[in-house]
Amino acid sequence: MKGSLIIVGFFIAGIVVGVLHLLPSIESLGNVSYITLCALIFLVGFMIGNDDEIFKKFKRLNRLYMLLPLMTIVGTLAGCAITTLLLPHRSLSECLAVGSGMGYYSLSSVLITQYKGAALGTVALLANIVREVITLLGAPLMVRWFGPLAPISVGGATTMDTTLPILTSACGKDFVIVSIFHGFIVDFSVPLLVTFFCEL
Amino acid sequence: MLQIILIMAAGIAAGWLLRRRTFKWLDTLLIVLVWALLFFLGVEAGENPAVIEGLKDLGLEALLLSIAGTAGSIAAAWALWRYINHRKGGKQ
Repeated sequence: MKGSLIIVGFFIAGIVVGVLHLLPSIESLGNVSYITLCALIFLVGFMIGNDDEIFKKFKRLNRLYMLLPLMTIVGTLAGCAITTLLLPHRSLSECLAVGSGMGYYSLSSVLITQYKGAALGTVALLANIVREVITLLGAPLMVRWFGPLAPISVGGATTMDTTLPILTSACGKDFVIVSIFHGFIVDFSVPLLVTFFCEL
Repeated sequence: MLQIILIMAAGIAAGWLLRRRTFKWLDTLLIVLVWALLFFLGVEAGENPAVIEGLKDLGLEALLLSIAGTAGSIAAAWALWRYINHRKGGKQ
């Protein structure tokens, strides 16, 4: 709980600084967050390489964890399909297209803008940013309530990059490989699913 | 994505080369860098006019879809987790 609260605090502080333009330019900042992410990814890699036990753990890993990407896709699409009932002006395929972004907001919003226009593209941008933020902020709580697979699943396509560090910290090092595998598969499914539902 | 994979591979190699030494402060460094990342991601979201402007008209719709997708994936992941642990007959 405390872990999530501190993370929320930093994120909100960042938003306030961003809205009030307290820091210089947006371009130089995009680099700062990317460099921070690269440092984190290097660190996660370092922790994997530094741990003698971890390679043995990988071998002992249950094969069923490989089903997680499928669970993520099915669960996400089922949830978004239900949402159609609450959004009468949106078709089922539009809701599924937005959901198929699975946290990959840059790609999904660009694709959806091209196929369905800027409004739905912006919905995709916001919905998938929120999904990534939910993962980043709620990972420790989700682990406690629903087990270590839940935040990895919610992380969607981002679990091999943006959300990998927080997932490593929240789920434990044993789940790093599940997270990377999951992110890799879901990442590839995003452009396929988004364009499929847009063309439907 | 290739860049991310290369950086991670470099990290694994570096960690493996230094495997005889233990680094207890790595977990602390990880969480501090996560805080920094969240702060900068917050700044980016706050500075992005598409995000802030879009929130007014499309925010509710987006929030609904993201919550539904999140809930659905949590349910599916939880089911898999329970199935795996049930099969093993016990916790983890």
